[in-house]
Amino acid sequence: MNTRSMKGWLYLIPAIAFLGVFVVYPLFDVIVYSFEEGYNSASQTFFGTGIYNYQYVLRDPYFIQALKNTFILVIVTVPLSTLLALLISVGLSSISKLQELYQTIFFLPYVTNTLAVGLVFMILFQKTPYTDGFVNQIIHFFGGSTVDFIDGPYWAKMTVMCIYTIWVVLPFKILILTSALASVNPDYYKAAKVDGTSSWRIFYRITLPMISPMIFYLVITGFIGAFKAYGDVVAIFGTNLNAAGMNTIVGYVYDMLYGNGGGYPSYASAAALVLFAIVLTITCINLLIQRRSVQTS
Amino acid sequence: MSDMNNNQQEQQSFARAQKIRKGVTYALLTIWALIVLFPFYWMVLTSVKSYSSYNAEYVPQLYTTSPTLENYTEAFTAVPLARYFMNTVIFTGITTALMLVVIVLAAFAFSRLDFAGRDLLFTAFLSLMMIPNELVIITNFVTITNLGLRNTFTGLILPSVTSVFYIYLLKENFDQIPDDLYKAAKVDGCSDFKYLTNVMIPICRPTIVTVVLLKVIECWNSYVWPRLITDNQLYFLVSNGIQEIRENGFGRENVPAMMAAVVVISIPLIILFLIFRRKIMEGVSRGGTKG
Amino acid sequence: MKIVLEHISKRYPNRDKKVGGVFTAVDDFDLTIPDGKLIGLLGPSGCGKSTTLNMICGLEAPTEGKIWFGDTDVTNLTPELRGVGMVFQSYALYPHMTVRQNIMFPLENLKGPDKLSKDEMLRRVEEAARLVQIDELLDRKPNEMSGGQQQRVAIARALVKTPKVLLLDEPLSNLDARLRLTTREEIRRIQRETGITTIFVTHDQEEAMSICDEIVVMERGIIRQVGKPQYVYDEPDNLFVSKFLGTPPINVFEGRIERESLFIGTQEVLDVPGALDGPVSVGVRPEGFVPEPDGPLVCKLIAVERMGRDTSVVASHDAHDGVQMRAIVSSDARIDTKSDTVRFRIRPEKTRIFDAETGERIHFFGETMEEPAEVMAREARANAKPVAPQTGADA
Repeated sequence: MNTRSMKGWLYLIPAIAFLGVFVVYPLFDVIVYSFEEGYNSASQTFFGTGIYNYQYVLRDPYFIQALKNTFILVIVTVPLSTLLALLISVGLSSISKLQELYQTIFFLPYVTNTLAVGLVFMILFQKTPYTDGFVNQIIHFFGGSTVDFIDGPYWAKMTVMCIYTIWVVLPFKILILTSALASVNPDYYKAAKVDGTSSWRIFYRITLPMISPMIFYLVITGFIGAFKAYGDVVAIFGTNLNAAGMNTIVGYVYDMLYGNGGGYPSYASAAALVLFAIVLTITCINLLIQRRSVQTS
Repeated sequence: MSDMNNNQQEQQSFARAQKIRKGVTYALLTIWALIVLFPFYWMVLTSVKSYSSYNAEYVPQLYTTSPTLENYTEAFTAVPLARYFMNTVIFTGITTALMLVVIVLAAFAFSRLDFAGRDLLFTAFLSLMMIPNELVIITNFVTITNLGLRNTFTGLILPSVTSVFYIYLLKENFDQIPDDLYKAAKVDGCSDFKYLTNVMIPICRPTIVTVVLLKVIECWNSYVWPRLITDNQLYFLVSNGIQEIRENGFGRENVPAMMAAVVVISIPLIILFLIFRRKIMEGVSRGGTKG
Repeated sequence: MKIVLEHISKRYPNRDKKVGGVFTAVDDFDLTIPDGKLIGLLGPSGCGKSTTLNMICGLEAPTEGKIWFGDTDVTNLTPELRGVGMVFQSYALYPHMTVRQNIMFPLENLKGPDKLSKDEMLRRVEEAARLVQIDELLDRKPNEMSGGQQQRVAIARALVKTPKVLLLDEPLSNLDARLRLTTREEIRRIQRETGITTIFVTHDQEEAMSICDEIVVMERGIIRQVGKPQYVYDEPDNLFVSKFLGTPPINVFEGRIERESLFIGTQEVLDVPGALDGPVSVGVRPEGFVPEPDGPLVCKLIAVERMGRDTSVVASHDAHDGVQMRAIVSSDARIDTKSDTVRFRIRPEKTRIFDAETGERIHFFGETMEEPAEVMAREARANAKPVAPQTGADA
């Protein structure tokens, strides 16, 4: 190897070292872990290889619960947040006055600490002996019956979780869609107006197809992100998610690894790989749908 | 004549419809803005209510007549909030600085230096972007534990000092610097390293600033890894700290003090955002995702 | 500083991997450049002139051959050790630095015994800036200046370390036409004042001919001719050089030599004593046509453009290699614009004959030869070698 070649690799040593130790090696290692049965992290021994870890995880009621929670979260929040973001972005790009101010406000949740604001959401939704909480006051005002969203029935807890998730993911989606809308050549709109196209038709036939690649991008990243939900959930329901019945797949992985029920890296690995397989499948299906719809249009 | 009238009427009704549409748009945007801002208002409001007055409100009040700062004193004295805060500043500072060194060197090598296997290696790097953090974190946890680095800054920092995405972003930017500049520097007797530090980095400063901002936000909000790797309060970052405060802090359900802590840890990023609003939003739209 | 390029070649692996093999950018380039001269490297884009410049500068190493600066072999030296200054087509000014910082940059890189004090550096920067007349603009950033001013900064930056050799790579091509004229005079002035051996790369023959002491015409990596601009224009060694120099370009006809007479088509246009029979290419400069009512060359008249001092006659001829031929004649000449045809006599001193296949010059008795260049081509390559005048005895 000549000196010039050496130099190139020299500059890359830190990056290669860090990526090798903390990304490449773990990638193979996690697969190995997931097949080592009865692995004991204290003695670092195991007594067999096989698919037992997967069988255990897939039969574990906590995992089933986590799977169910995650799926509901994904199915509710991804379409809802994308639609809401689209609505807000269209509104945002149709105004000129105060546009920057609104944009700034809408982006604010992106830069705030999820854990911290989650605490505020908990306070807003919580019902304690001392107070019904702010949200329940509003429900009460409209004649509904109050409910404890944090320690109450499952649907109530799920509602809070979905609302908070949407609140957290919207800034990114609004930002992406607003810039996508801004990049549509205004000549298309002018041409359509000259032809006397109604504004709904303009939106449906021109704007939407133009920004559809970005919408697909948001749907895919939205799916991936929602499947990995964890921090937002902890923020509202605390670290003991299994007890709250609100665990997610990622939460299950971490709980298996560490914490009260922790110390089982093999189960954690198996669960993480199951999650990875699910995300990969969903992403592939998404891409297939995208390709087909692009072809037909 | 009647045609003219019809026309005018049509125009008037069209203008009215436009106005209504605009009004509805502003109303909807304002509602969403209020939903976004309300939690922030609520945390500030609650943080300046006294403990007794907060607990006395069965129906929460939307304002307070007697604001107090006692909760902030409480937040800094009853729990080690200052400690969490300092830890996060140290963690963010060192992680960002180290990452900058690693990615600048790597991006420079990919963009400016010619060596065997460069393109192949770059493709390999890019493919690493697809690997989810959740998959590798298990082994990293075991690695750091085995190295005896739990509850140390080293253990906290090491796994997050490289980012393939930022290497990619910076490399693209380095590539845009014209070749002639490099040749000119060579003629002037400038070494590769000096060219990197004196020419490339200053020219690409906007991108580097964006990367730094995004990394700072990421570090400040990181929760999962610190939670796995620290169980000693001395090394908690703000995210873990706030979780600790929520579950064990203040000895009792002291919501106003909790909110004071939340305000304190939220403020740095909000200030950062207000200063670098454009840069951050531009950077995020170029490829950031939440989490 | 005298520069000797000793049979240098540059080969790259072919970029198109399907074709494979090597691509020869510069082929056996052999040239001696006397001290203090301004030399133009001239050729169409892709002819290897920039590669040659990069090798002289040290940015690229030759695959074969040696480069000497005076008595020093610099072939393996890095650019900073050669003492060269270079001006790039895009100027390559550092956008984040002021003009002063840009010009000072090369000085800051000096190490060891050459290291300068801060005051000395500033003094040198001022001096270089004054030479190119930008001393008023030292605190500006490059993007606050016009193209011409940026150009001057680039020259100042190249000159500030008092190089032994100054290299200019297409320095005028990013300027508008008016600035180009003044800037090339400026370059000539600076070169004269400093006496630095200067090599100037351009694809614009007019630019090269107007300011260079000598020009080197290149084609596909090979030197086609070296000499004083006027001499190369008047006495091209081959068809390529004759076509490359001059605007409007030389008119080329298919022709034939029979019994020491030159025919274009069936028209016998010139006596060429001593030339061998066979097919030839005939190059006639636009100013080589003289309209005469009974001239031997009969052309179809297309248009007559009067341009004050001169008159341009656009015509066509079946044996001409292009669609139109163009003659520049005196404005006194009377041309019947109503006629379909125009007849010319051609001037032998403006007519050059080349081998129809190789494009090499064919000499004959009676043609005017100017005194040969005092240069330089120590031993030009075989196919660039001037063909010795053929004598009548050979025929």
